[in-house]
Amino acid sequence: MSETPDRMDFVSRRGLMKGGVAGAAILPASARAQTASSSEDADGTVPLQRMNVTLDVNGQARQLTIDTRSTLLDVLRHDLDLTGSKKGCDHGQCGACTVHIDGERRLSCLTLAAQAEGHEIVTIEGLGSENALHPMQQAFVDNDAFQCGYCTPGQIMSAVACIREGHAGSDAEIREYMSGNLCRCAAYPNIVAAVKQAKSGMEG
Amino acid sequence: MRPFRYERPATAARAVAAAGGEAHFLAGGTTMVDLMKLDVMRPERLLDITQLEDGRYDFIDWDGKSLRIGALTAMATLADDDEVRRRVPMLSDALWLAASPQIRKAARIGGNVLQRTRCAYFRDTSYAQCNKREPGSGCAALDGGVTRGHAVLGTSSACIATYPGDFAQSLIALDAVVEILGKDGPRAVRFAELHRQPHSRPDIETTLEEGDLIVAFSIPDADFPRSRYLKVRDRESYAYALASTAGALRMDGDVVADIRIALGGVATVPWRAREAEEMLKGSSISEDGLERAAEAAFAGASTTEDNAYKVDLGKRTMVRTFLELARMEG
Ligand SMILES: Cc1cc2nc3c(=O)[nH]c(=O)nc-3n(C[C@H](O)[C@H](O)[C@H](O)COP(=O)(O)OP(=O)(O)OC[C@H]3O[C@@H](n4cnc5c(N)ncnc54)[C@H](O)[C@@H]3O)c2cc1C
Ligand code: SF4
Ligand code: FES
Ligand code: FES
Repeated sequence: MSETPDRMDFVSRRGLMKGGVAGAAILPASARAQTASSSEDADGTVPLQRMNVTLDVNGQARQLTIDTRSTLLDVLRHDLDLTGSKKGCDHGQCGACTVHIDGERRLSCLTLAAQAEGHEIVTIEGLGSENALHPMQQAFVDNDAFQCGYCTPGQIMSAVACIREGHAGSDAEIREYMSGNLCRCAAYPNIVAAVKQAKSGMEG
Repeated sequence: MRPFRYERPATAARAVAAAGGEAHFLAGGTTMVDLMKLDVMRPERLLDITQLEDGRYDFIDWDGKSLRIGALTAMATLADDDEVRRRVPMLSDALWLAASPQIRKAARIGGNVLQRTRCAYFRDTSYAQCNKREPGSGCAALDGGVTRGHAVLGTSSACIATYPGDFAQSLIALDAVVEILGKDGPRAVRFAELHRQPHSRPDIETTLEEGDLIVAFSIPDADFPRSRYLKVRDRESYAYALASTAGALRMDGDVVADIRIALGGVATVPWRAREAEEMLKGSSISEDGLERAAEAAFAGASTTEDNAYKVDLGKRTMVRTFLELARMEG
């Protein structure tokens, strides 16, 4: 992971622009079929592809028409207004976008929304409610397991899965199995404490 | 990201028939989607192979001493398999020490062995020079770039990019076989023949043909309880190897009956250190002997100012792996 985030951001945003502009110019208004048939353009480029999907998010079936390029993270945040999942790096390196797919922790920034169809998606918004926090959310509050809070939704989703997987047996194991979630504020010791507290809550 | 068509072929045969040219398979997507965002990979069609309906491609089957693993098995599933951990720990180690828990849930072992290099100049299209991305364009790494992470074994004047994966080192050490479904039907190749060294065409990374789908890996003789994968890196977890060793040992009393050595983080392809194995076979394990073998393993190393440290680091990693294996109950 030697590239700087700035450079990556620049490159990926530029890439997105390129595709977006080309796509918008040639998208016929009617191209909203299941898998838009792609007759290639005269110059050989593939036109923008749209697809109808039904995503099962926090227990609700959500019908959407998406650009096939959309990641699950962008669909959650932009189309479904579920902004709890965060975009840190957009390249699988930070864990801020962690959600549950069929109960397992996954990175929504590297998951195409199209691939998530047919699977149960749970985001931080679906974990607990303001009146009834999930034991892990409560443990993060009790242990001061954040400063700015940007990484926190991802940390909490990852931590819940970490316990379910049986990878929270010791401090060392918690650190290893929470290593996919970076915290710029370095709240790590408090995060480990929160995971341990929630573990007794979730198991007991 | 460029537009592409997303498809879900119902069977492996249909996936293979549809693949080729700019139609690529999509497994966990952790390499593919990452590199599509960077405009390094530019598929026109993505064939999602995670929802094939014609059979299971995620399985871990033992038959006596032989092990067969479906190519769509998630990294995490194999890493956590109790029998694999007990009978051949190097396979499990190479997976749980790789990437992050989230990535290991998504990524499949077929995609894993085909992951692309992390060379920063390959990943960043604002550099015009990269023979792997644009054949014949030059090499920004060799042309004054930062090469601290680059390879010292199997390099060429066209490319010195490191093969970044961990799991492939364990597969090559175990003499694994790759089971493929191709346009002309099924076939099998030795894992050691899957990856190609860069030579003058670093863009051609494997010996796979257009449309080839990896369906499974098989290991005819997989019982190596005395085996491990040792990974040395910049931080304790969630980082690629600077140097690593996949090591396996079988002793007959004090004498080495069988030894397997593969080196990661230091080479352009999964790297088996066969000369070193030959030197150690038939003798007892000693630090001196291991150091001489490690010397031989890195005899062909070609370094830059930035990555010269990898020779010593690689040797020490190899020696430590086998000193620790020698102390294990066999
Ligand atoms: C931040 C980060 C850190 C990482 N750290 C490590 C690490 O420390 N060690 C490590 O080993 N790896 C590491 N990885 C790489 C990761 O392990 C790979 O990206 C992953 O294993 C690829 O599997 P996938 O299923 O996601 O493949 P995909 O991205 O879906 O596919 C990868 C390639 O393989 C092809 N393909 C997939 N399946 C098949 C098949 N069955 N037959 C033929 N072709 C196929 C695809 O067409 C594509 O070209 C890291 C990745 C990231 C993003
Ligand atoms: S080392 Fe290989 S991948 Fe990296 S810039 Fe040079 S040619 Fe490209
Ligand atoms: S946003 Fe960083 S891992 Fe997904
Ligand atoms: S609390 Fe600020 S990044 Fe973790």
